[in-house]
Amino acid sequence: MSEIKSPILSVRNIKVHFMVSGGETEWPWTPKKTLKAVDGVSFDLFAGETLGIVGESGCGKSTLARAILNLIPATEGEIIWMGTDLRKGSEREWHRVRRDIQMIFQDPLASLDPRMTVAQIIGEPLQTHHPELSLSQVMERVRKMMQRVGLTEQQINRYPHEFSGGQCQRIGIARALILEPKLIICDEPVSALDVSIQAQIINLLRELQQEMGLALIFIAHDLAVVKHISDRILVMYLGREMELANKHALYDRPAHPYTNALLSAIPLPDPVRERNKSIQILNGDLPSPINPPSGCVFRTRCPKAEARCSKEIPQLHVLDQDTQCSCLLTYRE
Amino acid sequence: MMFSKSKRQALTQALEHVQIERRSPWADARRRFMKNRAAVVSLVLLGVIAFLIVVGPWVLPHNYEDTDWSALNLAPTWQGGHWFGTDDLGRDLMVRTLVGGRISFMVGILGTLVAVVIGVSWGAIAGFCGGKVDGLMMRFVDVMYALPFMLFAILLMTFFGRNLVLMFVALGAISWLDMARIVRGQTLSIKSKEFIEAARAIGVSRRAIIFRHIVPNLLGVVVVYATVTIPNVILTESVLSFLGLGVQEPMTSWGVLVQEGQQKMDAAPWTLLIPALFLSLTLYCANYVGDGLRDALDPKDR
Amino acid sequence: MTLLQVKNLGVCFSTHDGMVHAVNGLNFELEPGQTLGIVGESGSGKSQSVLAMMGLLANNGQASGEVLYQGENLLSMRARDLNRIRGDRLSMIFQDPMTSLNPYLTVERQMTEVLELHKHMPSRAAKTRAIELLEAVRIPDAARRISMYPHEFSGGMRQRVMIAMALLCEPEVLIADEPTTALDVTVQAQILTLLKELQRDFGTAIIMITHDLGVVAGLCDQVMVMYGGRVMEYASAESIFYRPSHPYTIGLLGALPRLDHQGETLTAIPGNPPNLANMPSGCPFAERCAYAFPRCNSELPVLISNPDDASVLRACHLKPAQLVPVGEIQHV
Repeated sequence: MSEIKSPILSVRNIKVHFMVSGGETEWPWTPKKTLKAVDGVSFDLFAGETLGIVGESGCGKSTLARAILNLIPATEGEIIWMGTDLRKGSEREWHRVRRDIQMIFQDPLASLDPRMTVAQIIGEPLQTHHPELSLSQVMERVRKMMQRVGLTEQQINRYPHEFSGGQCQRIGIARALILEPKLIICDEPVSALDVSIQAQIINLLRELQQEMGLALIFIAHDLAVVKHISDRILVMYLGREMELANKHALYDRPAHPYTNALLSAIPLPDPVRERNKSIQILNGDLPSPINPPSGCVFRTRCPKAEARCSKEIPQLHVLDQDTQCSCLLTYRE
Repeated sequence: MMFSKSKRQALTQALEHVQIERRSPWADARRRFMKNRAAVVSLVLLGVIAFLIVVGPWVLPHNYEDTDWSALNLAPTWQGGHWFGTDDLGRDLMVRTLVGGRISFMVGILGTLVAVVIGVSWGAIAGFCGGKVDGLMMRFVDVMYALPFMLFAILLMTFFGRNLVLMFVALGAISWLDMARIVRGQTLSIKSKEFIEAARAIGVSRRAIIFRHIVPNLLGVVVVYATVTIPNVILTESVLSFLGLGVQEPMTSWGVLVQEGQQKMDAAPWTLLIPALFLSLTLYCANYVGDGLRDALDPKDR
Repeated sequence: MTLLQVKNLGVCFSTHDGMVHAVNGLNFELEPGQTLGIVGESGSGKSQSVLAMMGLLANNGQASGEVLYQGENLLSMRARDLNRIRGDRLSMIFQDPMTSLNPYLTVERQMTEVLELHKHMPSRAAKTRAIELLEAVRIPDAARRISMYPHEFSGGMRQRVMIAMALLCEPEVLIADEPTTALDVTVQAQILTLLKELQRDFGTAIIMITHDLGVVAGLCDQVMVMYGGRVMEYASAESIFYRPSHPYTIGLLGALPRLDHQGETLTAIPGNPPNLANMPSGCPFAERCAYAFPRCNSELPVLISNPDDASVLRACHLKPAQLVPVGEIQHV
């Protein structure tokens, strides 16, 4: 292997816990319960790579994204950006870092201020971080960025509601890119779009990533979508990590039973294979994050659960150079 | 793969040039407002009344305090230019109604302005800060709601006499409460929207978020409630004047005129009917305009 | 004996922006026990067509054409007669189970209401039947859960309750409007497996509306692809997926992210979904179609059968041979 690169982002044991009301009857003295939205997530991200984060509802992926940006403060853990732990830093540190880390949101229309024009929306980051730029300089950059993402100049003074979903998402991407960040966190950016538009946006993100050398964290609930854009993939369940693997390793040789179940559940657009495949059905329901199962959180639905799964909390451990898995059954004894 | 990349690119570019009719949210709202007949008619009527009360007293031959002993309690006639008749002191009712209108309009607009300024600031800060600050500020509003307004007004007037400025104080003290609650509610709902989160992710300062993002999205609601506050304030002033607290003689307002007219109802009904007509018409029109604005500015209907 | 015959179904809405033609010229037939998948993106008219069939259009909507169930036209029936058929012979499940179930009534009440209305069952018998159905849809501990309220169930379970409710009267046709779109993929797999088993046991014909081609591949015999309110292609599932013969279908399949591909670049369809208030004359897909030529913009293509394979209906001016060569789409 070539020289060891250091990661631009290192997330270590991030936990995001919320205090919620103590139950059905609530007195002022009823002790509050803890909702563990994210319960110990660690990973590294290298320059120019795309990390896909996948999971179903309640897995904490969106909360994790917001914790990395401090939109929701993390309860515990370290967020190390370019060698500095951001959680120990001040508001000013965070402000500086926001030039380098940006975000794209799930609902393309709702993430744009309905009373601002496209020019104002895309120009806002420039105004915030580079107040020394003149208006014409800002507009110049806005125009260039609009062209880059596939919008035309005539649309510069229009309002968000005049655009389609796909175009709104392009505006969101332009806004995220105008500061030339190093990392963009994409929170389910194509879930709300039609299939034919999804492909446009995914292709656009790939092109821009190659052109600008961006790192991406791509959050989605659809493993098929994530396959087309990610280099490595992290599978989450109920706030914890299940598997972190290279794209090909994950799809060809999934190590964790949950990954297996997820992959088998995705319907294939291929009638013969789809009708003949065997699906790993997960029984039961998602446990409550207020009261997660002891030990491995997946054990209540896992077809391979054993007695020791309830006793030890598994951590991600390295299986081989491509895969890390947190299933106790894969621990080498 | 299926078709050449260049052809696809050409197609993409061609599609992006498709022109969409340009519509800002404000232009949209204006268009919807104009479609609402009742609102437009009301707006025109209000304009006419405003014009009359501003221009009328200059143009008319009589002064609002001139007494004409030869024409006491005159029913509306052409004689002597007393088109609305006179009251029991021979004062021309038309001029008095229009001058009274000036006071009522001024009270309405200024009182509402005070309500808007205090209410919007209070509500937006409470809503944006949330937590204990929000709790404290809104409990204060609750306490103010519980105060019996009439008692407060009467106490003020009793101690400080009939003073126009104090009346504004009394009016301002209660009319901002509704506005504060509404603005706080709106701020809370706007605060949870994704574009506010996006602004925070960009690193926009809290002050800029409030003034650049939240306030413009509040304006619709504020404008609507302001037009509804105006009639409320005018009505409250009328009630105060009706009770005998408010403007001083010989200056008058619609409330005073209605009060005096009510006493002379049997003998000279026009002294009640005409000011009452002006008052009711203004209140109706202001309400319709408020309704029209609310429908026009509702962003759900695109 | 054909269950359902839809002839030239059209739906239009009168709105501020003028007449919006949501559906035009829909034709199909449904045989007993058959599954039909209707696939399309936003603005394709897939949901509005089945809402029109069930008489559930919004106030400003108007349906035209014929929907013949056992020879009678559902569109021209009086409400009283339609109510006898809806819920009993034709039933429907919707996308969001939370808003489709009444939060103030127990599950038992909502289910027995259906039986009392259509089958005139006394309440005890109705409760027994309801519990039977809940067990058939694999709700654990059905006898106890039946007296719970909808919010006490998870999303997947609520959808099962909906399915149970829809099957209470053993209808001949079940219409499912995006029933799994709001569910997690593992829950979706459970629901789809359940639907397949129920269909086998009860022999119900299913019309499945979805935007997810994978769902359709697993469940449906016949597939109808819609765009801009019109049918683009109508064929068996194998034909649609292995030998697509319409540019839109080909485009959709190429743009679809798939687990069974290697993650190479997707072939996007340029442009945006159609604006139904302002539809161009000619083929609705023409403006985004890379094969389009002038005739496509001026003349609406008619849905006719493919000369090479009569069971495939397509609406395109080009011949299939002029599109993708047969055999390019591979399957194992």
